[in-house]
Amino acid sequence: MADGLRGFRDVQRLAYECAQAIAARLRPGVTERQAARAARRWLVERGVRDWFHLPFAWFGDRTAFAGFKLPTQFFPTNRRLEPGMPFILDMAPVLDGCTSDIGYSGCLGPNPLHDRLTADLREHRDLVLRGVRERRPLRTIYEDVDRLMARQGYENRHRAYPFGVIAHRVDRVRQRRFNPHIAGFGTQSLRGLAKDAVRGHRDGWSPLWSPHKFSDHPPTPGLWAVEPHLGFRGVGVKFEELLVVTETDAYWLDDELPHVRRWEGSAA
Amino acid sequence: MTRFVESAGVRLAVAEWGADAAGERPTVLLLHGYPDCKEVWREVAGELAERFHVVAYDVRGHGASTAPRPQRGGYRLEKLADDFEAVLDAIGADRPVHLVGHDWGSVQGWEFATRPRFEGRLASFTSMSGPSLDHFGLWIKERMGHPTPRRLAQLLGQGVRSWYVYALHTPVLPELAWRGPLGRLWPKLLARAERLPAGSCPTTSLPEDAAHGAWLYRDNVRERLLRPREDAYARIPVQLITPTGDPFLSEHLYDGLDRWAPRLRRRTVAAKHWLPRTRPQLLARWITDFVDDVERGRSSGESAVEAPRSHAPLKRGALGAAAERFAGRLVLVTGAGSGIGRATAFAFAEAGARVVAVDRDGDSAARTAELALLSGAREAWAQTVDVAEEQAMDKLADRVHTEYGVVDVLVNNAGIGISGRFLDTSVEDWRRTLDVNLWGVIHGCRLFGRRMAERGEGGHIVNIASAAAYQPTKTLPAYSTSKAAVLMLSECLRAEFAAAGIGVSAICPGFVNTSITATARFVGATNDEQERLRRKASRMYRRRNYPPEKVADAIVRAVIKDIPVLPVTPEARTARMLGRVSPGALRALGRIDSPL
Repeated sequence: MADGLRGFRDVQRLAYECAQAIAARLRPGVTERQAARAARRWLVERGVRDWFHLPFAWFGDRTAFAGFKLPTQFFPTNRRLEPGMPFILDMAPVLDGCTSDIGYSGCLGPNPLHDRLTADLREHRDLVLRGVRERRPLRTIYEDVDRLMARQGYENRHRAYPFGVIAHRVDRVRQRRFNPHIAGFGTQSLRGLAKDAVRGHRDGWSPLWSPHKFSDHPPTPGLWAVEPHLGFRGVGVKFEELLVVTETDAYWLDDELPHVRRWEGSAA
Repeated sequence: MTRFVESAGVRLAVAEWGADAAGERPTVLLLHGYPDCKEVWREVAGELAERFHVVAYDVRGHGASTAPRPQRGGYRLEKLADDFEAVLDAIGADRPVHLVGHDWGSVQGWEFATRPRFEGRLASFTSMSGPSLDHFGLWIKERMGHPTPRRLAQLLGQGVRSWYVYALHTPVLPELAWRGPLGRLWPKLLARAERLPAGSCPTTSLPEDAAHGAWLYRDNVRERLLRPREDAYARIPVQLITPTGDPFLSEHLYDGLDRWAPRLRRRTVAAKHWLPRTRPQLLARWITDFVDDVERGRSSGESAVEAPRSHAPLKRGALGAAAERFAGRLVLVTGAGSGIGRATAFAFAEAGARVVAVDRDGDSAARTAELALLSGAREAWAQTVDVAEEQAMDKLADRVHTEYGVVDVLVNNAGIGISGRFLDTSVEDWRRTLDVNLWGVIHGCRLFGRRMAERGEGGHIVNIASAAAYQPTKTLPAYSTSKAAVLMLSECLRAEFAAAGIGVSAICPGFVNTSITATARFVGATNDEQERLRRKASRMYRRRNYPPEKVADAIVRAVIKDIPVLPVTPEARTARMLGRVSPGALRALGRIDSPL
C-alpha cells in the first residue's frame, strides 16, 4: 500500500474501532445525543482534532430517515434507544490530515429483518466496485444501485442526503491549530470539497456522486467515501468506507472492516 | 358427548369435544350469551376440537340445564361462578383452562378472570361483545364525573344501544313476549339482522332460555353498575374481539381497557353481534392463535402476548388498528413483486396477516414473501402466476383454497402501463392491456370472490384502478379504458357483494414512483425510442416521488373503513373533484400533450 494511503486506512480503522466501542456501550434509554457525544469524546481522546463532519447517531426509524424534510433533522436528537431498535453511527474524523468517513449499522438485540438488510448490503459493495472498475459513468452506477435496491424490495435512503449523494470525495486536509466547524462540518474539509467542486466544474466532473447530470462522468481518481443506505419500513442500514479510484483500477481501501468480516463470517 | 353436573341446586348440561385420553391438549371452555344456549358454539367448537379439548355448558336456566328456584336472586354472578367451578371440577381440568365468552358469557368471563377465586385455574380469556359490569359501571361513572361533549356523546350512544336492558327490567312482560310472539319471530329477526344463512336458527329451547335469562340482567346489572368493584383486574392474558357493527355495544366501552387487563390483545372484525354464528372460522383461528401464543409463553416463561413489533412510531396508531383487524387473516396480493403490490403485501404483513404474494416474476414474488415474513407476517407464501391467464388463475385459486384457506382480503393490483395515441395502438396492444388490467381483476374477483361469498364470513376486495379511470387523456387511451372498467366493475361488485358482507374498494392512485414506467409500452415509438421514453418517464415519476408505501397505507385504510372509491395523491383527488365541479375543465386537461 502506498504510504499516502496508510494514514487514511489507519484513521478509518480508528473510526470503526470507535463505532464498535460506542455500539458495545449502547443500552436501552441512551439518547442519540449521548451516543454522538460519546463517539466524539472517544476520538478526541485518541488525538482527533479536526472533522469532515462530527459524529451522527440515528436510532429507530430515524435510521431510515423517516419523515426527514429538513437537513437539520440529521442532527442527533433526544430519541431514546429501545430493545430491538436499529441504530446507525456515522462519523468522519480527520487525523494527521487524513480524512475518513464511516457508517456503522447495528441493532440493540436480535432483529431478523435488520440482519437481512445488512446481508443484502453486501451485493451493493460488490456492485459499486464492479461499476467503477468498468469505468461506467457514476450516474449510471447510481442507477444500477437503485435498480438493485428496488429488486431487493428496499428504498434508496441515501437519496435523503444533501444532493442525494451515494458518495463524495475526501482528501487530505491541512492541519491547523484552530479547526472550526459549521453545522457539524469541518471548515477545512468543506473548503477542500468546494475547491474540488470548482475545479471539477471546469473539467466536467463533480466531487459529489449523485443521481444528477453533473455526475454523468467516468470515475475520477481519488478517494471516495461510498455510503449506500437501504431503507425498509422504518429500518435503515448502511455502511460507509473509502474507495480508492486510480486512473485504471479501483479497490476498497481496507477489507478488514466490521461489516465485511460479518459477511465473511456468515458466508463461511 | 353431553353429561350433567350438579351445582348448588341446578343440573348443568356440559358438552365436550376433542378430549384426549392423555389430557395433553389444552382445554378451551366456551360460555354462551343471552338469549342462547351452548348450541351457539357448535361450529366454533367443531373447528377448535381438531386441536383442543373443547367444553361448553348451558348456563343455569338455559338449554338443557335446569333453572334455580326461586328465579329471583338465582342468577347472581356469585352463583354463576359456583356453576363454573363445578364444571371445572367435573371435567377434571388440572391445567388452567382457556375461557372464551360471548355476550353474557363474556360478562361472566370477566367476573371469573378478575376474581382471585379462579387464580391458577384460568390460563387466558377471550372476550367478545360482553364487557365486565364493573368496568362498565366505572366507565359510566368516569363519564358522568367529567362530562366533556365527547364523553357525553359516548354515554348517550351506549345509552341508546342498551334499550333492551331497560326493557328486560320490566316485570313479567319480557317473559310473556318471549314465550309468545317474540320467541316465534326471533329466528327470523335474527337471521335478517345478522344476515345468517337460512336454517341456522336458534334451538327449540329459545323461548325458555330468553325468559329465564332476563333474570341475568335483573339480578346483576343494577347492583354492579351502581357499585362497581374497583379492583377488577385481569392478571391473565385477555383477547378482546370487537365487532365494529355491534348494535348493542359501543366500541368506546373498551377505550381504557388496558388499565384493567394489562396483557391485552385486541382484534376487530367488521361484523354484527353474533360472531359465533356469523364468523365461526375466524373466531376459531383467533382463539387458536391466542391459545397457542399463551401456551408457548407459559412454557417459555415469558409473555408471548405483546404489541406488534414495529419501529415506525409515525404510524403507530394506524398500525394498531390494522393489527387488530388483519392479524392472522389471509391476504392475497397480485402483482406483489414490485411497486404498490409489494408495499401492500408489506403493510398487511406488518399487521400480522398471512400473506400470499402473487407475481408473474417468481423471484420477486419470493422476495416479497421472504421480506413479508421478516416484517411480521404470521405466514407468507409466493405464487408465480400471470393474472391474464384464466387457467393459471383457476389453478391458483384452487391451490390457495386447499392449502391456505379462503382469502379474507384480495388485492387485485397487477397491471401494466401503455401509453400512446389511439390510432397508434394495435389490436395486440389492446388485447394485452385488457387481458392484464381488466381480465386479471375479473379473474381475481370471480374466483376468490365466489369462495368468499360461499364461506359467508364476509371479506374485502380491493381493486387498483387509477386516476386515469376518470381523467380522460389522449396519451393513455388503452390504459384509461382498462382502469375505468376496473372502477365500474368495483362499483357494481360492491352493490352485489354487499349482501354477503363483502366490501369492495377501488383505489385510484395518481403518479406513483413504481417500476410501471420502466416496463410500460409506448406505442408508436421505435425500440430505441422506447428505452428513452421509459427512462424519461421513470425520471419524471421519481421527481414526483410519491412512494408506493403511502398507497399501501391508503389501501389498508380503505379496507378498515370500507371506502368505496379512494383517490390517492393530490392530483388524483383534484381530478376527481374537478370532474364533479367542472367536467369540461377535466376534458380540456385531457387534450394537453404528454411532456414526454
